[in-house]
Amino acid sequence: MKSLKELAEIRKNTLENINLRKGREGYRIIVGMATCGIAAGARPVLTTIMEEISNLDLKDVTVAQTGCIGACRLEPMVEVYSPDGNKVTYIKMDPEKAKAMVESHIKNGKVIDEYTMTVIDGKVIDPVTK
Amino acid sequence: MNFYRSQVLVCGGTGCHSSGSGELVKSFKKEFKNHNLENEIELITTGCFGLCELGPVVIVYPEGVFYSRVKVEDIPELVEEQFVKGRILKRLVYHESMDEDKVRSLNDVEFFKKQERIALRNCGVIDPENIDEYLAFDGYKAIEKVLLTMTPEDVIQLMKEAGLRGRGGAGFPTAMKWQFAKSAVGDEKYVVCNADEGDPGAFMDRSILEGDPHSVIEAMAIAAYAIGANQGYIYIRAEYPIAVKRLSIAINQAREYGLVGKNIFDTDFDFELDIRLGAGAFVCGEETALLNSVEGKRGTPRPKPPFPANKGLFAKPTILNNVETYANVPIIILKGPEWFSTFGTEKSNGTKVFALGGKTNNTGLVEIPMGTTLREIVYDIGGGIPNGKEFKAAQTGGPSGGCIPAEHLDTPIDYDSLQQIGSIMGSGGLIVMDEDNCMVDIARFFMDFIVDESCGKCTPCRVGTKRMLEILERITQGKGEEGDIERLENLANEIKDSALCGLGQTAPNPVLSTIRYFRDEYEAHIRDKKCPAGACQELLSYEIVKDICKACGICAKKCPVNCISGKPKTPYVINQSQCIKCGTCIEACPFGAIIKA
Repeated sequence: MKSLKELAEIRKNTLENINLRKGREGYRIIVGMATCGIAAGARPVLTTIMEEISNLDLKDVTVAQTGCIGACRLEPMVEVYSPDGNKVTYIKMDPEKAKAMVESHIKNGKVIDEYTMTVIDGKVIDPVTK
Repeated sequence: MNFYRSQVLVCGGTGCHSSGSGELVKSFKKEFKNHNLENEIELITTGCFGLCELGPVVIVYPEGVFYSRVKVEDIPELVEEQFVKGRILKRLVYHESMDEDKVRSLNDVEFFKKQERIALRNCGVIDPENIDEYLAFDGYKAIEKVLLTMTPEDVIQLMKEAGLRGRGGAGFPTAMKWQFAKSAVGDEKYVVCNADEGDPGAFMDRSILEGDPHSVIEAMAIAAYAIGANQGYIYIRAEYPIAVKRLSIAINQAREYGLVGKNIFDTDFDFELDIRLGAGAFVCGEETALLNSVEGKRGTPRPKPPFPANKGLFAKPTILNNVETYANVPIIILKGPEWFSTFGTEKSNGTKVFALGGKTNNTGLVEIPMGTTLREIVYDIGGGIPNGKEFKAAQTGGPSGGCIPAEHLDTPIDYDSLQQIGSIMGSGGLIVMDEDNCMVDIARFFMDFIVDESCGKCTPCRVGTKRMLEILERITQGKGEEGDIERLENLANEIKDSALCGLGQTAPNPVLSTIRYFRDEYEAHIRDKKCPAGACQELLSYEIVKDICKACGICAKKCPVNCISGKPKTPYVINQSQCIKCGTCIEACPFGAIIKA
């Protein structure tokens, strides 16, 4: 027999899982998973993000994938929408960066500028060469 | 706990199950494995979404993409596109009309917009075989509130304020039923759930039991507490195997969690629950016949009074409510009577679930606030009549109800308005008919059903309905006589007055209501020997129009009884005495030269 406390616990845990169906309110992370993204290594990035969210026990985060974002040379790209609708685009991601991003941006709300685009004279500069 | 980025909900209701959703689940599993997605995407089988017409239905969250008529062959492509590449597979997405954008989320579908899902709140949302998911949606919180903070009187008072009326047909106030059983003297009392849904075309209760069985279990426990019972029975027809299976799983899970059994929540309240299977007799949906059947006796009605509230199951005070009525109870307890009365009309609070069938574009399960008009159900939710045909009438209440003609399309659907126009709410079957349906034939169909299902205990029903059927058959065969309509009316009124049980008393309703609104159709059959709708086979003849016939001979080749003859270059002729009126020739003719007359 379950006690009232145990039932409340089950409710809480299951609801977190089910929330997906009701729509989460927090961050929405989108990973570009078109051919270009997958070829550049988007899948390990995606799985790392999911693992990290689970490890850090973060709530209300949606992870979704999308097609080609349009800047194939900057893939793997990850876009993070905050609840207010603002968007941050991370480029040239890898599992390590993804892990750091989840911890800093999603958990602590601090954007990692280093991983975002640098634009000089209207041209996005490759982060490796910058 | 695993973190999933996406969830796939596959409908496992009877409708989708029979169109192959079980195979879909297997195929999804296989494909997820192939793509190594098992740990990223969760696969869940749910109860009925309501759009059975479009089954099997698959919904993908968090996007809420709504895929319809998904086949096993589609799964590899669907998984590849949706889950590997993150693109919506447009060709399978539900679309409302050709010129609209196909990509729509479930919430934007017109079919769902006017609905208000209270009894169906969890259907199509939770996994019915997992008690944890029911718990997550405030499941078993109502019984917790009732047992720990309310007296039985409080519960009945709350139900009285909510004004919930029985959803099984007659609309008797639920609180009053509970009050009678509570006041009745007896050492033992019982709560019974009527899940013997017998109306042709109705499947509301089945869908609730398949999609959200725990809500019924919880409500029965609440009812038991309110009247002082410790034992419940769910009487369900054996023809609902999926519902029976999920209900058994649910009861076992509830027992494991201590939500059914002794000392629930450490109070001194005990509640046991058992399932009794019925053999699918229509009469066992009548409360006293049902009680007889639960007791192991022959399923025939008993005279009333005494009413079940005083002498019910095993002659003890008993309450009997319908599945949908119970499904409303937990949420009323939790959200309160004020919330509940914001839905519906003054005398009919809440919502009603209808099994929408017949000639509409969207058939399926819909839950609407009381007071919604028939027009809204047929045209907005149902998407109108297919093939540009005209709406003729809708039948509510099955064999106990009546028809609603086009002139009453704007009648609000509630208990009292329906009664005024000669129909009843019934348990919720709603069959839409168009200009091709013959109303006399509809009346004959329901009478045929009643004659089959009459238990035979009382003469008015056993013999009276048989005589009515004979007259109706005569009329549809073109052998009707002057005075037949009056004979039908007389018999109908006598059966209404003298039959033993509610089913017998209401059996003549379809005939009376079709006579009331479509008397001219009866007269056309009797006097002119014509069926205006062209549905009664015996009153039809097929003819070949000479000027259009090209003498190709295709009709003669297709005719199963070889009654069409002719020579090249001269029009063909149908031998009327041999014609069986099967209609094969009409379909075969490439020139449209054959007509029904």
